[in-house]
Amino acid sequence: MVKYLPLVWSALLRRKTRTVFTLVSVIAAFLLFGLLNSVRDAFASAGRNVAAATRLITISKESFVVSLPKSLLLQIRSVPGVSAVTYANWFGGYYQHPQNQLVTEAVAPNYFDLYPEFQLPAAQLRAFHATRAGAVAGASLAERFHWRIGDEIPIEATIFPQKSGSNTWTFTLVGIYHVDDPRLQGEEGALFFNWDYFDQATAFGGGTAGWYIERIAHPQEAYRVAHEIDALSLNSDHETKTESEDAFAAAFVSQFADIGLIVGSIMGAVFFTLILLTGNTMAQAVRERIPELAILKTIGFSSRSVLALVLAESVLLLALGGAIGLALAAVAVNAIRARLGAQIPMLPVGTQAWLSGLALTIIIGLLVGALPARRGMRLRIVEALSGR
Amino acid sequence: MGPLVEIRNLSKVYTRGRERIEVLHHVNLDIAQGDFLALMGPSGSGKTTLLNLIGGLDSPTEGTLEVGGQRIDRLGQSELARWRASHVGFVFQFYNLLPMLSAARNVELPLLLTKLPAAKRRRHAAIALELVGLADRAAHKPGELSGGQQQRVAIARAIVSDPTLLVCDEPTGDLDRQSAVEVLTLLQNLNRDHGKTIVMVTHDPKAAEHARHVLHLDKGTLVEAAQAAEPAW
Ligand SMILES: Nc1ncnc2c1ncn2[C@@H]1O[C@H](COP(=O)(O)OP(=O)(O)O)[C@@H](O)[C@H]1O
Ligand SMILES: [Mg+2]
Repeated sequence: MVKYLPLVWSALLRRKTRTVFTLVSVIAAFLLFGLLNSVRDAFASAGRNVAAATRLITISKESFVVSLPKSLLLQIRSVPGVSAVTYANWFGGYYQHPQNQLVTEAVAPNYFDLYPEFQLPAAQLRAFHATRAGAVAGASLAERFHWRIGDEIPIEATIFPQKSGSNTWTFTLVGIYHVDDPRLQGEEGALFFNWDYFDQATAFGGGTAGWYIERIAHPQEAYRVAHEIDALSLNSDHETKTESEDAFAAAFVSQFADIGLIVGSIMGAVFFTLILLTGNTMAQAVRERIPELAILKTIGFSSRSVLALVLAESVLLLALGGAIGLALAAVAVNAIRARLGAQIPMLPVGTQAWLSGLALTIIIGLLVGALPARRGMRLRIVEALSGR
Repeated sequence: MGPLVEIRNLSKVYTRGRERIEVLHHVNLDIAQGDFLALMGPSGSGKTTLLNLIGGLDSPTEGTLEVGGQRIDRLGQSELARWRASHVGFVFQFYNLLPMLSAARNVELPLLLTKLPAAKRRRHAAIALELVGLADRAAHKPGELSGGQQQRVAIARAIVSDPTLLVCDEPTGDLDRQSAVEVLTLLQNLNRDHGKTIVMVTHDPKAAEHARHVLHLDKGTLVEAAQAAEPAW
């Protein structure tokens, strides 16, 4: 098929100015496509990756260190839009040396259900549930102190002594969790143990939850659900304050629907215009070449090869412009990210964008080439040659 | 051996809306292998129509048309296209070269339909150009050539795939005397030295003199050769 390329190419060069103008509009359209796509991807990934957007945190309105009654658990669970609730208490403490302050929390059995970003093998999770004094450490914490599964780990309490008066809580390491997302690496440094064990052994602070964590079915309902949860304790001695765990992410997510719609309609309008414009170019290009196409047929080119030649011409025009446009978009996105990365969320133009962009060039190319190509295919040689 | 072209009772009717135009009426004609036939006749007498039928560009309304033993009046569109590619070369009054392609590329066009590799295609095109005396113009585009040269490029394109039959519709109609003579001499050479059978439409008696035979068409009917051979000038 390569042998037909000079033929297709020469058709495009026939009216250079017109081809260049058309090419520029194709380039502009796909540059815009690349840029908008990158913005939309950024929003979409914010919504996809941050499980935090679907989590609310309920704490005491008074202060973070004031605990909340366990009775709230069932009430919160019955608020419409809440799909799961868990709770945790702050424990703190240090390992061996007071300098080695730890992030340690006593957590409810379903805690890990609400934090899918903490990846814990199922067997280790079962061991955690089955081991009263069991604990789970983040991979980077375990690495820091060379902890292995099965190790007995003595932690010195800073706030919560045991009922026995001892300050030393000894946990059995039953699991190590990982966090894949590089942006969340900091979360790998915590130690979790069973809330029930804490509740039974602690000298004070038992029977309460430090805070509640809710998973909501729809991120865009975050505000309403938070409001209803806080309404449960209104005018009581334990008023609460419920917020999205990552308010920023939540804002992103609620805007995503709008952004997607806006980006979609802009691209729709751009491509609609592009189709009219290139369609007109192709129609004109074929109309003035009817005698030439008739000659090809005279020589013995089949109707189908004439159809293919015209389609190849319009696909080549679109693919060329599309590739240049996407390449420019890739360069532009990198430049924008380098200078204004904080203000304008954008993801680099990736394989996915290239593939869908190039697929689009082919689809549009076939679309705008179809009518002129059909005309070329159907032309009757005798009439075309005599100019009828 | 029978004639190369055997035409029996051939009629062509064009319908335009309700109007029926019978352009050819029951034409009978044999063209021997190796002939150089000139078709003459007044404008509108059906010369182009007959030539297009012989070249397989159009199909008759009635009658049979055999070329090289093959009934081409029965072929469908795509079969005709394939048949033309290997059996007929066309030359038109206005050259009909592709303006964006060089002379060599224009001549190479029919070979794109063959399985020849690129190097061979280029070689064949060069030989054809050489044969019409334009080897030194291979890289020129049609716009950079004179009318006579363009017509010779068109002839090179017509013979590049070595067809037995050449059909030429007023090949000198747009040329000055000098170029016309060059083109006609070239056709004569192709007929005499390369055995090409040529059917040429012309209304120029001087052009017809280069042919071996002359036939006259009048209102869609072939006129007796004897009576037509009477020189009108
Ligand atoms: N495609 C067509 N549709 C209708 N009429 C046609 C068509 N082609 C030719 N004709 C008519 O047929 C007649 C013969 O045309 P043509 O063969 O071109 O004559 P010539 O070549 O001898 O001048 C003319 O009257 C012409 O108008
Ligand atoms: Mg004519």
